[in-house]
Amino acid sequence: MRNLKTWFRSGSPWVWMNAGAVTASIVMVSALIILIAVRGLGHFWAKPIFEAEFVEANGSSTIRLIGEIHDSEIVPAERLRESGVQVDEGVDSLRRFLVKTGNRDTGGLDFRWALESRIQNKRYPEELIALERYEWGNFYGYLKSVKQNGKLVAEGDEAWEALQQRLERAGELHSQIKEIERNAIGAVNYKLERLRLAERRLELDKVESGSRKYLSIAEERAVLQQEYEGLQKNLNELLEQVNRDSITAEVMDGRVVDISLAHVVRAYRPNAMGMFSKIGFYLSKLWEFVSDDPREANTEGGIFPAIFGTVLMVILMSIFVTPFGVIAAVYLREYARQGPLTRTIRIAVNNLAGVPSIVYGVFGLGFFVYFLGGNIDQLFFPESLPAPTFGTPGLLWASLTMAILTVPVVIVATEEGLSRIPRAIREGSLALGATKAETLWRTVLPMASPAMMTGLILAVARAAGEVAPLMLVGVVKMAPSLGLDGNYPFLHLDRKFMHLGFHIYDVGFQSPNVEAARPLVYATALLLVLVIVLLNLAAIAIRNHLREKYRALEH
Amino acid sequence: MTEPTAITHGVDINSLDREPRQRSLQDEKLCLEVKDLNLYYGEKQALTGINMQIPKQRVSAFIGPSGCGKSTLLRCFNRMNDLVDGVRIDGNIEIDGEDMYNPHVNVAELRRRVGMVFQKPNPFPKSIYENVAYGLRIQGNPGKRELDEVVEKALKAAALWDEVKDRLHDSALGLSGGQQQRLVIARAIAIEPEVLLLDEPASALDPISTLKIEELIYELKDRYTIVIVTHNMQQAARVSDYTAFMFMGELVEFGDTDTLFTNPRKKQTEDYITGRYG
Repeated sequence: MRNLKTWFRSGSPWVWMNAGAVTASIVMVSALIILIAVRGLGHFWAKPIFEAEFVEANGSSTIRLIGEIHDSEIVPAERLRESGVQVDEGVDSLRRFLVKTGNRDTGGLDFRWALESRIQNKRYPEELIALERYEWGNFYGYLKSVKQNGKLVAEGDEAWEALQQRLERAGELHSQIKEIERNAIGAVNYKLERLRLAERRLELDKVESGSRKYLSIAEERAVLQQEYEGLQKNLNELLEQVNRDSITAEVMDGRVVDISLAHVVRAYRPNAMGMFSKIGFYLSKLWEFVSDDPREANTEGGIFPAIFGTVLMVILMSIFVTPFGVIAAVYLREYARQGPLTRTIRIAVNNLAGVPSIVYGVFGLGFFVYFLGGNIDQLFFPESLPAPTFGTPGLLWASLTMAILTVPVVIVATEEGLSRIPRAIREGSLALGATKAETLWRTVLPMASPAMMTGLILAVARAAGEVAPLMLVGVVKMAPSLGLDGNYPFLHLDRKFMHLGFHIYDVGFQSPNVEAARPLVYATALLLVLVIVLLNLAAIAIRNHLREKYRALEH
Repeated sequence: MTEPTAITHGVDINSLDREPRQRSLQDEKLCLEVKDLNLYYGEKQALTGINMQIPKQRVSAFIGPSGCGKSTLLRCFNRMNDLVDGVRIDGNIEIDGEDMYNPHVNVAELRRRVGMVFQKPNPFPKSIYENVAYGLRIQGNPGKRELDEVVEKALKAAALWDEVKDRLHDSALGLSGGQQQRLVIARAIAIEPEVLLLDEPASALDPISTLKIEELIYELKDRYTIVIVTHNMQQAARVSDYTAFMFMGELVEFGDTDTLFTNPRKKQTEDYITGRYG
């Protein structure tokens, strides 16, 4: 009893409690990161393809099964019996696999459950190929032959090498096509649209139809039209070329199908791959994930537009929120007379930080999008009406909504920083004949800049992870073009954008093919965490630099 | 000069190694003139009926016990008290015959003429060079050559040049306390004020640094009117030409230092300087 009392008085239990709390936090955070990292990053590894005989549920017929094992689980035998599956007596539970059989175009479903006990004679032939395609998901099967313009050029063992060569060519053509479609034709279309709007504007301004202005627009349009036709011709030629080659391959039910190489992203034989080629394959898949556009309703390909959209939105938000928050804090702390009113305002600002974020989304939609955006359209963009320019959710409104959501954090942090500047420093500056404003600009604000950065760090952390309000004010499932590109005026604040957080929601819960997309949810979540960490680290680095520079007086 | 001795009450002016400075206030040119000054912090009166004349290009010291209002009076000379909430002042102070509490006075302009050094060194978290250049940069956009000259001149005048000339662009916060205080003095004199107010400039420093500051005051008094507040009576006796003794917000006695220390007119003054106070 006495010992226990001394032990309590020594403070050890307190230390243990603190250490325990810290440990628990670290364990939880690392478990979270490890879980999403393992689940997400495993997706890009080339899994072996098996071939096996599978006894169908009715027990009579046997089919050939080709595919990857995607997942496995233990199911109680009871449940299987209830659903009419015959299970031997005395068996409590059975393992079943989720097999990705691919070939959605020939087989209909690309995933199926298979009980382990019904899979017989599992083998991994090296000749099995997997094709990643632009449409219809993966293909699994045996390569039979390679054709050029419908004529056989390679068969049997030579076919694989011929396929790889021709696939390389197709890949190059494909990137040329994409370049033309995306950049060149995109730019021409953008300019044509601007011309159309310019013409419409002239009409609205009631410029006479014979005016030189119309003529110059028509001339420009003719030039662009010609350019467009040239590009279109190029594109058609390339499309023809890319459709030159095709392969025939045998799928699991024995049919032989024709696949044009124009639809194939990459071909590989996982069972024949060594460790090194698997690592190479893994890295190229990983790179595709962070650098490419999504395909197939976001369930395949990369998420580059979502990363880009998230970062761009956060940067714009920072540009809006920092001056606004800092000015408000400077007024509250330095100029406003301290009294009941400023106290009330301060309480209100602090409470704003606790308002649910969806409320900000509703506010953004009602005020920014419909009211401000609608009026801006009336005033400045009448030529494109009734199609809205800013009167619709977009990058600008999303960034502004986020800025409003995070401004309390910046105000509070900046005020805190301002109040910590020693009085002696202000007096020193004033005693040298500086006015209050000069003292603020030259001494106080630079010294408070680390605190402002702290506010910004918190704001970035909050804004980057927020999804709900963004769904109302600018985020979409699939944005055709990025917010920043080579077309004047380069930064398109009116465009909608993709966001990692929304992407997770969309892929995980709104996707037509949830099974295929689930690993991508983890990978995207990991990436979102990484992006937030990177943005924060950048801000922290800047803050530490500032802090070093404006180290406050220590005595 | 001798090594500064420990702070004790009671000063024998003749034991100090200093030239006799028999002066008379009537012969001096006036710099600052305080007329019937009363100052209130809210309800509390901090200064009562102050009348005094600070002579030009001399060192005047304010002595007195803690809380007697000497710093408050000093801060009236560059209107630093304006920054304190709830301060009310009546009476006026003239600088070269102009009323500095006139509402039309540009306070920033006044503070350029009346520089101030505080009790604790308060260099800005900038380089040594930028600290000294601060006041000039505020006044306009001087050329680099001009700035270089002024910075060098001010640092030399503050007896700091030799110690920092190789690291002008290092942070001022890396200097020692005494160096920082001399830097702050250099910063104040870089803008060529007429008056330099020193609010216990050596109280946070070690004896060697204190000595340097005192030597510096001695050097500077030919060019500036210096008003110094100090707790240390030896210091007042060593550096000042004139001394004011204040007590409970009132000016008890103001006269040339030698007379005040050897032959005070008021009993209160005598008690204080001989250590019988308190």
